[in-house]
Amino acid sequence: MTASSAPIPGQKFSSAPPPWREHAEEALIPPLVALLVALICGDLLILSYGQSPAAVYRLLLEGTWGNAYGFGQVLYKATTLAFTGLAVSFGLRAGLFNIGGESQLAAGGFAAALTGLVLPAATPLALALPLCMLAAGLAGGVVGSVPAYLKTRFGAHEVIVTIMLNFIVLALLNWFIAGHLHVPETLHTPEIHAGVLPRLSDINPTFHGSAANLALVVAILVAVVVWFYLFRARGGYDLRAVGLQPDAAEYGGISVRRVWLRALTLSGVIAGMGGINYVLGYKHYYEDGFASGAGFLGIAVALVGRNHPFGVLLAAFFFATLSQGGLAIHAFVPKQMMDVLQGVVIIAVAMAVPEVTRILRSARRRSDA
Amino acid sequence: MNPISFLTQMIRIAVPYLFAASGGVVAERSGIVSLTLEGFMLSGAFAAVLGTNYSGSPWIGVLCGITGGLIFSMIHAVATIRYRADQVVVGVAINLLAIGVTRFFLKLFFASSSNSPRVAGFGGNIHAGGFDNPLLWIGVLIAPIVAFVIYKTPFGLRVRAAGEHPDAAESVGVSVTRVRYAAVAISGILAALGGVYLALDQHQFTDQMTAGRGFIAISAVIFGRWDPLRAAAACLLFAAAETLQIQLQGSHAIPSQFIEMIPYALTIIALAGVVGRAVPPAALGKAQA
Repeated sequence: MTASSAPIPGQKFSSAPPPWREHAEEALIPPLVALLVALICGDLLILSYGQSPAAVYRLLLEGTWGNAYGFGQVLYKATTLAFTGLAVSFGLRAGLFNIGGESQLAAGGFAAALTGLVLPAATPLALALPLCMLAAGLAGGVVGSVPAYLKTRFGAHEVIVTIMLNFIVLALLNWFIAGHLHVPETLHTPEIHAGVLPRLSDINPTFHGSAANLALVVAILVAVVVWFYLFRARGGYDLRAVGLQPDAAEYGGISVRRVWLRALTLSGVIAGMGGINYVLGYKHYYEDGFASGAGFLGIAVALVGRNHPFGVLLAAFFFATLSQGGLAIHAFVPKQMMDVLQGVVIIAVAMAVPEVTRILRSARRRSDA
Repeated sequence: MNPISFLTQMIRIAVPYLFAASGGVVAERSGIVSLTLEGFMLSGAFAAVLGTNYSGSPWIGVLCGITGGLIFSMIHAVATIRYRADQVVVGVAINLLAIGVTRFFLKLFFASSSNSPRVAGFGGNIHAGGFDNPLLWIGVLIAPIVAFVIYKTPFGLRVRAAGEHPDAAESVGVSVTRVRYAAVAISGILAALGGVYLALDQHQFTDQMTAGRGFIAISAVIFGRWDPLRAAAACLLFAAAETLQIQLQGSHAIPSQFIEMIPYALTIIALAGVVGRAVPPAALGKAQA
């Protein structure tokens, strides 16, 4: 090879490491870089409060993974984030940004609560759960289909429409609750009659007191279904093709509009189904504002999980640990520290992804040469 | 309903929107998505209260508020321009970060998780109705100033070129990178001033006190089709709706939630092109190659 290092077509395949390793490097390094940055920022925040970072981090681990209650709470929080994260990543696979997780989740929870209220108390869970999930998914899907329709019909950008729709849907739900459906003196509905999910503590008593429930299993199942759809089904292939290169996909005979319509609507369905975790699994009623923050964090979860369903599950677990960890350290450093770290992690990953990819690829090109 | 009191209240509500939307127009015209306005406002509001609290002077507070907005806008600029991070993702993260940082510092400096102590502000003459506040006048004038800068100055031309056709701008020697840094900095300063006005008007900082105003400002930018004066008109329209809601409170003519929806619904309608299509700058959201 001469001094010029222009890549030669075909050469990459002869001497490059196996493709799975390149994938793994590009997928894993950015979150690890971000974690490091977050740890350093965390150190600074802890020191600014006059505490010892080592002691605070130990406390954080003990309060989250170190005991059954804390671990159960992490799993509970991870469940909702898994749904919103899967929703965001599903849209992103088609090249679409669903920032409406917040309102889709709320609408889903609301629909699940209504279904649980309407069904007679004697309804067996095997019937009530699918019905509630159907209602929740439908409600989320309806909210998700609005930006999908406006995008494909009028070219309205889905980012802005989903954000605006968040405010509209949440105001509408607030009107329903505050004006019509609430238990006096509260902002929540009466308790549901049917569809109450068993908690993890019913199966293993060491989880006693934590809110983790069967919805966790549902979330994992949904992740598996999403994985199968994306990577093993024809529709998912189309969806990913559109996400990578819409013009080429259209040329290859895929209807980009139809794929976008489907992707954003299904993204809404997934986020909506997340409402069962709080409504059926934890409080057994819909409460105004329960979804607050979970939708936006879903973006972080999808990003850190690198848009892979199983990566999303891991990332949901990570962000849930941060959130629960804030409560564990609150006596020494304010839990608000975790709000800061969440933002730091997202920005660091967003910066590291293009940068790491660029560095890795140019390094590979050089080693090929 | 007294028309004078309606107008004065409307303008006071509109000022934070006017600041933030003017900043949003500048950043978006340069090609950088402004989902960050909410975070810039919040950081400006907090820094202003912090500065005023320790110095006793609201002018020092204004300077601190500007600095706060500038710091957050530079994080956004470095991440999206230098590192080409996704502008929407970083935008969302900046807002979360601003909520987190202000909460943490609220604890650190004021040992509270909800609000700061009362600080000094501008004006205070009861009969002036808030119009003895210099920030209010700056806010009223900011949109025409931004319009002048965008349409009548070389810098404004570069901003528009960077947002519409960055490659062409580069080819005639304009540094798109530098123009975008400047535009994001301006949006940070202006949005922060919106937050400063809000905080000093209420004489304290409260957790998440911007309460979605940054997003209303984005609505105004889009509904105003990325034009400073039209965006300002949208701000006044949204503020009028809010004033109406406040003045009608108790009469239950229209549920307040439906008035709240007006800016967002109008934005969606504008984007869908029902009344005159809203077309964003061509290179909006795209990293410079």
